Amino acid sequence: MIWIVKNLWLIPALPLLASGIIAVNKQPQRKLAATLAICSMVVAFLLSLCAFAATLGHGEHGAFREVFGFNWIQFGGQWMDIGWVLDPLTAIMLVMVTFVSTLIFIFSVGYMAHDENFTRFFCFLALFAAGMLGVVIANNLFLFFVSWEIVGLTSYLLIGFWYHKPSAAAAAKKAFITTRIGDLGLLLGMVWLYAETGTLNFYDHGHGCLEQSALTMMLAHATIGGLAVSTAIGLLVFLGAAGKSGQVPLHVWLPDAMEGPTPVSALIHAATMVAAGVFLVARVYPLMSAGAIIGEHGVPVTTALTVVTWVGALTAIFAASIAVAQNDIKRILAYSTVSQLGYMMMGLGVGGVAVGMFHLITHAFFKALLFLGSGSVIHGCHEEQDIRKMGGLKKFMPLTFATYAVGMLALAGFPLFFSGFWSKDEILHSAHNWPVSHIPFLLGCTGALFTAFYMTRQVALVFFGSYRGHGEASAHGHLISTGLQPGVESPANAQAVSTAFPADKAAEAAEMSSPLRVTGLKPGANGKEQVSQSYAGHSAHSHSSESSSHSHTPHESPAVMTVPLIILAGFAILLGFVGTPAWPWFDGYLTGEEFKFDFSKLTEPGTLGLMLASAAIVFTGLGLGWFLYGKRQRKTADEKDVLEAAQPAIYKLLENKYYVDEFYEATVIRFNAFAAWFCDFADKWIFGGAVLIVSYVTLALAWLYKFMDEYLVNLGFDTGCESLRESGGALSKLHAGRVQTYLRVIGVALVALIIFLIWGRKA
Amino acid sequence: MTPLQGCLLVSALLFAIGFAGAVTRRHAILALVGIELMLNAANLNFIAFWRYGAHPEALTGVMFVIFSIAIAAAEAAVGLALIIAIYRHYKTSNLDEVKELKG
Repeated sequence: MIWIVKNLWLIPALPLLASGIIAVNKQPQRKLAATLAICSMVVAFLLSLCAFAATLGHGEHGAFREVFGFNWIQFGGQWMDIGWVLDPLTAIMLVMVTFVSTLIFIFSVGYMAHDENFTRFFCFLALFAAGMLGVVIANNLFLFFVSWEIVGLTSYLLIGFWYHKPSAAAAAKKAFITTRIGDLGLLLGMVWLYAETGTLNFYDHGHGCLEQSALTMMLAHATIGGLAVSTAIGLLVFLGAAGKSGQVPLHVWLPDAMEGPTPVSALIHAATMVAAGVFLVARVYPLMSAGAIIGEHGVPVTTALTVVTWVGALTAIFAASIAVAQNDIKRILAYSTVSQLGYMMMGLGVGGVAVGMFHLITHAFFKALLFLGSGSVIHGCHEEQDIRKMGGLKKFMPLTFATYAVGMLALAGFPLFFSGFWSKDEILHSAHNWPVSHIPFLLGCTGALFTAFYMTRQVALVFFGSYRGHGEASAHGHLISTGLQPGVESPANAQAVSTAFPADKAAEAAEMSSPLRVTGLKPGANGKEQVSQSYAGHSAHSHSSESSSHSHTPHESPAVMTVPLIILAGFAILLGFVGTPAWPWFDGYLTGEEFKFDFSKLTEPGTLGLMLASAAIVFTGLGLGWFLYGKRQRKTADEKDVLEAAQPAIYKLLENKYYVDEFYEATVIRFNAFAAWFCDFADKWIFGGAVLIVSYVTLALAWLYKFMDEYLVNLGFDTGCESLRESGGALSKLHAGRVQTYLRVIGVALVALIIFLIWGRKA
Repeated sequence: MTPLQGCLLVSALLFAIGFAGAVTRRHAILALVGIELMLNAANLNFIAFWRYGAHPEALTGVMFVIFSIAIAAAEAAVGLALIIAIYRHYKTSNLDEVKELKG
């Protein structure tokens, strides 16, 4: 066994250790925290590269696969194993996760530099990396589940990192609960799998649950509705994957997760964690595809995979269409992520592990790039996220723009030179050949059109045209000059002044521009003067209280942020070439099949036609986006969207995300609230009532006892005691110690006795 | 009045005088003297009942009285010793003041 297989545990253990050290450090030490986290990731990355190198050779049959495990927990006569597996799937994920994490960690140093909870952030990030790497190396569904939950926990912690923001706290809760629904499926699947096969090991020299004997056994059993047990378990596991990967209908948490810091969005909610669901499906692919009917292109078709495909395809188009009408830069990317995850699932369903995983890897790079780019943009625009208030940033942030453009073209699938094109094309190609239905292919193509369109819209609004943030940013930045020296107005704020000074709008504008509300101010005929004076006063306030250190124009981010962007951009381009139809290295690497460089495959009619078609789709999307948003730039931030003007109903539907949240609000949450109310009612009146009755009975009994104690026992006893005491006192008087008194008594008694005797005799 | 009745009358008188003395006298020694009188009244009764009884020839009465006098002597000795001890302890021989055995 190669040393790396035995020591694969080091890869997740290092970040875990780093996280632990950061957590137990008494004084938050920023430098130490960042250094530890980054160093652990770099070492993990180097180890991952070793692991990757080890898997490059071929195993006995097909791809390289080595497992290492030992007994962990005993229950009854059985042992739960723990172990890890090294195969191409693991290795490629390890490299991707560690590499992207390293870059994002470095980026975070710049992005979070001003945050007071810097060390906590790195502690969570490192813990996340540990969990994610644990997910990747696990050879056991149990270890997998544990790591999976760690990842879920850190996701929760990091979304709610700025927990003092109510929206962030709510988003964290939403993410946690929504993914928990999926995890319930995964847990059930896990338990069922254990009940069926008696093992949770994926691969165990022929005894694992993903190996032939177990699969055959599970196929033979049927459960409800004639489903094979393997299919049912596969579907349950897919539920977990869908929760984590934000597939419809559990996608609602992912866009809200963007409340977290942007590096978190990049690392967890775009590149790695959300891909864990896709990875899970890829990992249990043998289970999903058990007993498949092999289609005409060698594609396995099973019920489970069909479900995966449909869910993926629906997610792809659904989320892509929502992204068209969003205005938050991160939210657009979030929906785009959901949509791309849908593509991955579809790829797994229609084309197998290699197809889905290829898109996962390329997507991880360009989506991380896009998110970090958006982080850079947000950072540069002073925490502004609304793309309507940006514009023209090309000029201010050239490096960010260049790298963002690469990411955008990769995501849109710009032909030939960008990785997204090759990976998405492979999915569409497989979908085209899918024997069951053609609809997923058509959905995928439409989704690709939307993708190109919304990315063009975003880039056009953010980077082209002129900067629209001035309208408001300068309103309080420059108003001192406008109020006191009307002569020196810059052209940028001339507009703000001209709209602000008419008397009817003045109050509104003053409210908008100043944090201090100017209510009760009613400018009359001489309002102009008043307003301008109060303006000057307030703006002086706001100017001193707000960011006096920042200038109000956007600025390029520091090198610690841009260098990771450049590296990621490089990979966003290059990675595509490892999986082109002409040189399907990635496919061969994962499946262990032989392949060779064959340029002619590119020009095969099926492949070429599809490539041309997809290129045409992309160009249509890009052109449409540019025509609508790039050519004629919006003038102000409040202007209506072009689509909104043309199709208000559809735009509103998309802007409100098909009202899915509202729908859940009205159904699931209302039901939940009702159930909670019912439980509360039952608790208060039924169980509480029973408790109350018992307590009253106890009280009554206690009262009775008290009564008896006080009036029967105590009183009787007390009276007895009292009388005894009194009689004792009375008797004690007789016993005065006077001997002669006693003698006297004796004498009297003697006389009495004699008299009695004498009388007695007479009688 | 028979000689026996006379004796008994004397003895009863003697007993009553002794009792009255024992009860009324405050001084311990005088109380003891009273007790001695009562004892002697009893002795007189013994003698009288023996002398005028069924068997004057048997010396039972005299024997009884001699024993009784011996015991009375011993009792007087003990009594006087007690009185001396009480006097030493309480610095008084007034019986009314000697009320407690504890001390």
